[in-house]
Amino acid sequence: MPDFTISPVLARLRLGSIKKRFGATVALNGVSLDVAPGEVHALVGENGAGKSTLMKILSGALAADAGSMTLEGAAYAPEGPLQARRAGVVMVHQELAIAPHLSVAENIVLGAEPGNAGFVRHAESRRIAGEALTQLGRPDIPLDVPAGRLSVAEQQLIEIARALALGCRVLVLDEPTSSLTQADTEKLFALVRRLRAAGQSVIYISHFLEEVQALADRYTVLRDGQSVATGRTTDTTIDRIAELMVGRQVEELYTRSPRQPGEVALEVHELAGPLKPVSASLQLRRGEVLGLAGLVGAGRSELLRAIFALDEVRSGSVRVGVHAGPASPLLRWRQGLGLLSEDRKSEGLALNLSLEENLTLPRLEPLIHPAALAAEARTWIEKLGVRCAGPGQAVGNLSGGNQQKIALGRLLRNGAEVLLLDEPTRGVDIGAKQNIYRLIDELAGSGKAVLMVSSYLPELLGTCDRIAVMCRGVLGPARPVAECTEHQIMLAATGANAA
Amino acid sequence: MTDSKISPSPKTSWLRHVLTAFGPLVGLAVVCALFAVLRFETFVTRDNFAIIMQQTAVIGIAALGMTLVIIAGGIDLSVGSIIALGTVVIALLLQKGVSPLLAALGGVGASALCGALSGLLITRLRLLPFVVTLGMMGALRGAAKGLSGEQPVYPDESWLNGLMQLGRHGGLPSGVWLMLGLAVLVSLALRYTRFGRHVFAVGSNELTARLCGVPVERVKLWVYILGGAFAGVGAVLQFAYLTGGDPTTAAGLELNIIAAVVIGGASLAGGQGTITGTLVGALIMSVVANGCTKLGLSNWVQEIVTGGIIIAAVLLDYLRRRSALRNA
Repeated sequence: MPDFTISPVLARLRLGSIKKRFGATVALNGVSLDVAPGEVHALVGENGAGKSTLMKILSGALAADAGSMTLEGAAYAPEGPLQARRAGVVMVHQELAIAPHLSVAENIVLGAEPGNAGFVRHAESRRIAGEALTQLGRPDIPLDVPAGRLSVAEQQLIEIARALALGCRVLVLDEPTSSLTQADTEKLFALVRRLRAAGQSVIYISHFLEEVQALADRYTVLRDGQSVATGRTTDTTIDRIAELMVGRQVEELYTRSPRQPGEVALEVHELAGPLKPVSASLQLRRGEVLGLAGLVGAGRSELLRAIFALDEVRSGSVRVGVHAGPASPLLRWRQGLGLLSEDRKSEGLALNLSLEENLTLPRLEPLIHPAALAAEARTWIEKLGVRCAGPGQAVGNLSGGNQQKIALGRLLRNGAEVLLLDEPTRGVDIGAKQNIYRLIDELAGSGKAVLMVSSYLPELLGTCDRIAVMCRGVLGPARPVAECTEHQIMLAATGANAA
Repeated sequence: MTDSKISPSPKTSWLRHVLTAFGPLVGLAVVCALFAVLRFETFVTRDNFAIIMQQTAVIGIAALGMTLVIIAGGIDLSVGSIIALGTVVIALLLQKGVSPLLAALGGVGASALCGALSGLLITRLRLLPFVVTLGMMGALRGAAKGLSGEQPVYPDESWLNGLMQLGRHGGLPSGVWLMLGLAVLVSLALRYTRFGRHVFAVGSNELTARLCGVPVERVKLWVYILGGAFAGVGAVLQFAYLTGGDPTTAAGLELNIIAAVVIGGASLAGGQGTITGTLVGALIMSVVANGCTKLGLSNWVQEIVTGGIIIAAVLLDYLRRRSALRNA
C-alpha cells in the first residue's frame, strides 16, 4: 500500500500508535493519524471500531496507555477536556452542548467570557461572537435570542462558532449530519470548506461514506481498534472504503441450525413514528430469525419500540398473530411479544431490584407468593446458566453477560413467542455472546419468531435467516442471508445505493 | 464485564443487609437506651410508653401512605394540609348531624380525593410531584380555612373523641392499634400483591416498569390516592386528639412524616423503603421529643436533635448506596 502520510513538519496534529485497553478488552491497538492545516480528514469505521475511544483520548477525557500525540510539533497530552480546548482541539458532538436559555452570544463565549474579576464585558462578548459568526458566513444570526429557539442546524453552527472563538486549531465533528436535513447538510459542507480554506484542520467522523467522498481530502479507516488504511479520497471509491471497514474474518462463533419457517407471527405494514421510523414493512414467521441491519440512528430501535407500543405510532399497522388494533406494552406481553432493550442499564433492568423481581415483573398474579416466585426464578437461573448468589440478589451486582441472560430470560419466562431483540450481545464478553447465539438458535428451532437488531454485521450474517437494512428511517426489503454480503449491507446502510 | 465477578464478598453483603434491615431499629434502641440511662424513673414507665405511642399515631399513619408515595419515586408535601382539611370536614359533618362513622369516612374520602387530584395533575400533565404537591399544600390549607370560616370547629362529643384517649393502667389508645393494624396491612400488600411489586418497580426504574407492561400512570395515581387516604385516617385521629376540626393544625407536619419515612431507610430516589422502617422512624422522632422534654431541654434543642437524626439517616443511606455501587 502506498504511504499517504504527510511529513511531520506539515502535520498540525499527529497521533502515533495510540493504544488503550479497558480491563481485558483492547479498545485501541495502534492507531496512527495525522492531520495537516487546511485539511478535512475523515475518520471512518464500524460501530465498536474504536472511534469514540480515540476521540475521548484526543479530547482529554481518557488517557492513552501507549503512543504519542503532537500538536504543532509539540507534545500534546491534555489532562481533561478543558485543557484540550485551551490547546485548540475542540469537539462538536452528535448531541449538541448548547445552553438553551442563554443567548447566542453568551453561548459562543461560554467558558471563555472576556472580563476581569468575574465581571463579564458584554460588549466584548458580542464583538467576539459577531466575529465568529461572520467568519462562518452567518452574520445574520441575531446575538441576543436564546439559543434554544434556533434550529438544530443553527445550534450546531453556534457550537462551531464557539470553537472558533476559543481559537480552535483542530475541529472534530462527530457525526454532524445525523440530525440534519439534506439542505442543512449542504450548508454545513459549505461551511466546512470555508473553514478549510481559512487553514483549519477538521477531523470529520461519519458513517455516511458518500459524505466522506464529497467532503474529505483524506480518510483513515479504523477497524478493531487499529488504523488499517489511510489515503486520499480522490484515489479511492466508496466500495473500497466499505470493504476496508468490514474486512475481517468471521469466526465460528455462530450457530444456525436448518429450520423451516412457519406461519406469520408478526406483520408490520408501513409503520411510521413521529420522527423514525419513516416507513417500515416486514413479515416475520415462526421459526425464523430476521435481522435488522443499519447504522446507529437509522431508526431500528425506534421500529422495535413502535412495534412494542413503547413509542408513539403516527401511521401504519402492526399485527401480532391474530391481534391487531390498539396496543400497549401490557397488551403486547399478553399477545406473546417481548422486547429486549438495547440499554440494559437504564431501561432493560431495574438494577436495584432482585433477579426474581426483574424476571417476573411482566406477568404477576394479583396476589403474590414470594417463595414460589423465588423457586421459579431459581429454575430459570439454572436454565440460563446465570452465575449469581441467588434469586434475591440485586441484578445490578451481576456481570454484563449475566445481566443480559436475565433480561433475555424475562422474555422466555413471560411466554414471549415473538422476541424483539435490540442489540442482544451489547456489552457482553465473547463467551456470553456465544451462549446468546445458541439460545437464539434454539428458540427459533422451537418455533419462536425472532426480530433482531444489531450493529455488528458478522453477528447478523451468522445468526439470521433473512436480513433487512434500514437507512434513515426507511426499512429495505428482507433478503435471505445467503444473498447478503457485508459489503453490500454496508453500502445499503450508508445510503450509497438504494438497495 | 467479565463473568468472573459474581457478587460482593459474603461478609460485606451480610453487613449491608444488617444495616439495611436493622439500621433504624439500632437507632431507636440507642435513643431509648440513652434516655433510659439519663431519666430512668420518668422515661421507662408504662404510661410514658403509651404517651409516646399516642404521639406517634398521626404521623405514623400518614407515613404509611407517604412510604408508598416515596417508594414509587414521588413525594407529597400536601399531607399536613390534607390532615387539617380532614379534621375540618369531619367536624362540619358531625355538626350537620351525620353519624360519627360516616363523618370519619367522609374525612378519609375527602382526603383521598385531594390525593387523587395531586395524582391526576402529576400523571396527566406530567408535572413534577414536588411542585404539584407544594401548590396543593397551600391550596388545601386555604380550602380548610375557607370551609371552617377560619375558626376551629368544635362539634358535640362523640365516640370519635375517644380514639386517642389513653387507657387506664397505661393501655394504648385505639388509634395506636389502628396504626399498627394498618401497618400490617400495607406491609403485607407491599410484599404479597402485584400492586406492591409495581410500586417498587415504578420507583426503582420507571423505564423498566414501562417496558414490562406495568401501568405506570395508574400505579402512580393510586399511590397518591392512598397517600391522601392514609393522611385522612391520620386526620380522624388528629380530630380525636383536638376534639375538633382546626384549619391551622398539622402545619409543617408533612416534613416530619417525610422524615419518618427517610429515617426508616426509604430512598427519596424511589424503589426502596419498608413499613417497619417507617414506623421505627416515626417512633425515633417521638422518643426524641419525649425524652428531651423529660430532660427539661427546650424545644429548640429537640429541633436540632431531630434535624441531626434526619441528616444522619440520609448519610447512612448514602454510605450504604455507595458501598453497594462499589461492589456492583
